Amino acid sequence: MTDSELDHLATEMDVILNAVARVQEVATPDIKPTSHPVPISNVTRPDVVVSSLTPEQALSGAPAKEDGRFRVPQILGEE
Amino acid sequence: MITRSAHEMSEAMASGEITSEALTQQHFDRIAEVDADVHAFLYLDHEGAMAQARAVDKARANGEKVGPLAGVPLALKDVMVQKGIPTTAGSKILEGWRPPYDATVVTKLKDAGIVILGKTNMDEFAMGSSTENSAYGPTHNPWDLSRIPGGSGGGSSASLAAFEAPLAIGTDTGGSIRQPAAVTGTVGVKPTYGGVSRYGLIAFSSSLDQAGPCARTVLDAALLHEVMAGHDPKDATSINAPVPQVVHAARNGNVKGVKIGYVKELNGEGYQAGVRSCFEESLELLASAGAEIVEVSCPNFEYALASYYLIAPSECSSNLARFDAMRYGLRVGDEDGVSAELVMNLTREVGFGREVKRRVILGTYALSSGYYDAYYGSAQKVRTLIIEDFTKAFSKADVLVSPTTPTTAFKIGDKVDDPLAMYLNDIATIPVNMAGIGGMSLPCGLAPEDGLPVGFQIMAPAMQDQRLYSVGAALEAELLTKWGAPLLSQIPALGGAK
Repeated sequence: MTDSELDHLATEMDVILNAVARVQEVATPDIKPTSHPVPISNVTRPDVVVSSLTPEQALSGAPAKEDGRFRVPQILGEE
Repeated sequence: MITRSAHEMSEAMASGEITSEALTQQHFDRIAEVDADVHAFLYLDHEGAMAQARAVDKARANGEKVGPLAGVPLALKDVMVQKGIPTTAGSKILEGWRPPYDATVVTKLKDAGIVILGKTNMDEFAMGSSTENSAYGPTHNPWDLSRIPGGSGGGSSASLAAFEAPLAIGTDTGGSIRQPAAVTGTVGVKPTYGGVSRYGLIAFSSSLDQAGPCARTVLDAALLHEVMAGHDPKDATSINAPVPQVVHAARNGNVKGVKIGYVKELNGEGYQAGVRSCFEESLELLASAGAEIVEVSCPNFEYALASYYLIAPSECSSNLARFDAMRYGLRVGDEDGVSAELVMNLTREVGFGREVKRRVILGTYALSSGYYDAYYGSAQKVRTLIIEDFTKAFSKADVLVSPTTPTTAFKIGDKVDDPLAMYLNDIATIPVNMAGIGGMSLPCGLAPEDGLPVGFQIMAPAMQDQRLYSVGAALEAELLTKWGAPLLSQIPALGGAK
């Protein structure tokens, strides 16, 4: 982010955090947290090979590609 | 023809009054006429739409059985991936991306013979209540072009109100279907969480996101709901149960003996006078049609907004990590010797808008070690309290009702620099997402002070979506008798002739 963006956001973040901190008023230790609105369970499917994207399709949106692979900027050897 | 309902268009095609090809072309003509002013669409797929329309016409001519919405045009929110069609979710970071697959909802639309006209504008990654956060410029409310059409699905709602499409797809994380419906005088439904597949829906907040139908009538919404909904093995949170009988309910609207609970906390202070008067008149109509009106209290709803603005940003801070400039989408600064990390940072700096950055930072903070319990943990507990409030309320009433939004459409630019004021738009819609239940907004009048549409919200327990349509259709019929014509017949003319 640019410096001016950061300055702007820092002020806003204070205001927003103060507002959302209200949740602490009622969140007493005896209440169980809810992460998901409906009961969920693990979903599996039979372990059989089904069709998926071809390599060409998977690479179709790549910003850069080479030899049928995604070409990415340098990830090793940084100072 | 373009001002008719989707159901009427379908009947006109079945009787041979018009072909899908001609109907689709009429909609493209209308878009050409008014969309420079409205800006509902980000992309138009003229070729694909006309091919689908001709295929439906051919099937019909051959006497093949086609679905109830076959040949009817639809506007698709740009957060749903469609194979080969540019999909941006309103963000620069996905500019020019053409997905290699169809969302399950898109597959279902195509299989039903529905004609997808194009992709509609939205707040970036569905974060917002006005479409002003779109990287491609705001959409304008057809009732008053200086005002917002709601958000995040403002393109979808505006396309309906401008008669650019009779049907649209929306997605609702905190109100993004219902709030745009309310401020444009259209109908929008957020189905029960898990009722519609999220496969191919670009994720914002995975435990809250749900796609749903947008239309101009309750029956049209039900017909589209039935097409979209159903179990999908590709979505682990998809409910494996029969789709509620929404079309039957919409055709047989009835509130005799139905207990309707109006939520005390979702009215009163902070709600515009004309919103309250329209809402209360509708309550009286429902009572005179035989409903029993009871008052219910949901005391923890006052904490819903705060909880939502911790949970949704937390989940989005994780979901949006996938936009890393490596596999698809924008890449900035990729020159020799520049590290992947720096390319990622540069890309996100340019590719994400201000609201997205705000929420990613907020969510990252709420999830960070040392602050997790105080923020995200507490927000999850409030979610439990909201669900308990709903459970108690539904023990006293079959459905709950409230105004959909505290105010009518505000002016473009009015709240863009005040995030907290913007967030307040969703105060009445957010509890539904937190609990994963179904909600509908339908038009219930024009506020006397500004002449703008007001939305009436109906909420039903999980997997009881048919109750939304039964009560919604009953209220719609009562209002139609009172007004003598649909609310949208009062919309000012756009462009040239209507």
